[in-house]
Amino acid sequence: MARKGEWVQVHQIVLKPEERPAHLPEDTKKVPLELWVKGFLNHDAEIGDEVEITTLTGRTIKGELVEINPKYEYGFGEFVPELLQVGIQLRSILKDGECHE
Amino acid sequence: MVSVMSRDMSYAGVISRKNEIMKKTVGMDYGIFESGSIAFDYERMMRETGYSLSEIQEIQRSVGVGNTPLIELKNLTALVRKISPKGKGARIFIKDESCNPSGSFKDRRAAVSVYHAEKLGYKGVAAATSGNYGAAVASQAAMRNLKCIILQECYDSRKVGQPEILEKQRKCECYGAEVVQLSVGPELFYTFLKTLEETGYFNASLYSTFGIAGVETLGYEVAIQCREMIGKDPDVVLITHAGGGNVTGTARGLIKAGAINTKVVGASVDLSGLHMASDYDFNRKSFTTGHTGFGIPFATWPDRSDVPRNAARPLRYLDKYVTIKQGEVFYITEALAQLEGLERGPAGNTSLTAAFALAMEMDEDEVIVVQETEYTGAGKHPLPQLSFAKQNGVEVKFGNPDEEIAGKNIILPQHPSMIKAREMDLNKMRKSYVKNCIENTKVQSVSMKDVEFLSEDTKSSVENIKEILTDMGISIV
Repeated sequence: MARKGEWVQVHQIVLKPEERPAHLPEDTKKVPLELWVKGFLNHDAEIGDEVEITTLTGRTIKGELVEINPKYEYGFGEFVPELLQVGIQLRSILKDGECHE
Repeated sequence: MVSVMSRDMSYAGVISRKNEIMKKTVGMDYGIFESGSIAFDYERMMRETGYSLSEIQEIQRSVGVGNTPLIELKNLTALVRKISPKGKGARIFIKDESCNPSGSFKDRRAAVSVYHAEKLGYKGVAAATSGNYGAAVASQAAMRNLKCIILQECYDSRKVGQPEILEKQRKCECYGAEVVQLSVGPELFYTFLKTLEETGYFNASLYSTFGIAGVETLGYEVAIQCREMIGKDPDVVLITHAGGGNVTGTARGLIKAGAINTKVVGASVDLSGLHMASDYDFNRKSFTTGHTGFGIPFATWPDRSDVPRNAARPLRYLDKYVTIKQGEVFYITEALAQLEGLERGPAGNTSLTAAFALAMEMDEDEVIVVQETEYTGAGKHPLPQLSFAKQNGVEVKFGNPDEEIAGKNIILPQHPSMIKAREMDLNKMRKSYVKNCIENTKVQSVSMKDVEFLSEDTKSSVENIKEILTDMGISIV
């Protein structure tokens, strides 16, 4: 249950596959053009409901409620051990043959 | 005035109102610079609607933009000399544009656009961008207390987003902007037009005269700082090339500083084989800008942009255009952190990577300036970008970068001497541009005025243009 005034994200289908222009690649043409935007919920609702929000610029937008207090989920990802080798290699090349130690 | 509700809001309906919407939201009429054919008065457009260099310096200074440090990369230069033939290995300098308020050179463009929007009395600004420019517009709008909407192409149809773009969403939102996120597709432009029409906000286009004039200070500073530090102009300035604004603005600034012998070299990440509008390919690339997917189409047809006449015209200024591979950029990004103690974002190091390769061919007494860096952090760093690539089935390994196939693998060079700047055929691109001019204006013949314009717009001789036109069967009247 999301309460009126809570910060939420809504989802819209902007263009259905058949409404998209003809010049798109096949894989893109098969799927709709979708949109997500965040704002303050204008009324109580459940996830999945068609709701109305007020965005930060004051626009009223309708869409399907998908998330409450949407979080930023990206980060630094999994560790990439290959990267460790780059610095080791470069420092060794730079040091090799250096006379001002 | 007809209310928005009664208008045709279909794709075709909104696109058909493009010119009308643009006129209102860019605050200028491009018609007055047109000749009615291919030619238009580019310099007059830049002069009459832009600001003078000193006015722009003042605007930028007032918001903490510009005057970034120029740093000599002594260890990277030493590394180049270790792996180059005797006497080779140009000195490499870098302009640390990450010192701008939102962390990239894009603040220079946004500073002028947002200043202009405020001056004309717009209540807000909007821009369609997934990159640093969005953060720059949001930051400048915050400083001027204007509303701001950034539209970004962000997710594929699984709602999986590029970490770099998700970071940009966060950054824009943290500056108080509204971020509208879309799935893959060029209809971002349709949504952008609808948003402009609904809000009446200023279109802070990347390609307006204000945006491009804002980059001129960057080229100007490079020349002045170089003279102060080493007593001469740089031999080469390396510029990451995407939509063309970075190349155009920097080159114009160099010319304004009198650095007319400095060679302007553009560099893009090679993403050939990936389709920029493909839902599948979208998350199989590790660079969201500075790549050939923008670099080539925008160079060969700049007027594809979101304004009637693009102020960014890279072929007008490029002396050379090279491509480099994704794995090479990640490698050099590591090199910059490990050897110079400068941790910066990968996309901004595209031109540094090309500079590293070119420095191996240039003499020790020559100077290369890399004119940008960008900020780095969660989402926008070799770690998240490479691990995201792996998650999407892209193989990451050491090897020969020549064997890298965008979308299939990312090859970190086995040795730094394998990093290459692969030169593109500029004359082929000029031909392609001329062909696009003919096709888009649908003319059967051209005037001498058009020929002269095309010669200037491609930095090539009138004879070359005449030859290209003759080969295409177009007569000159």
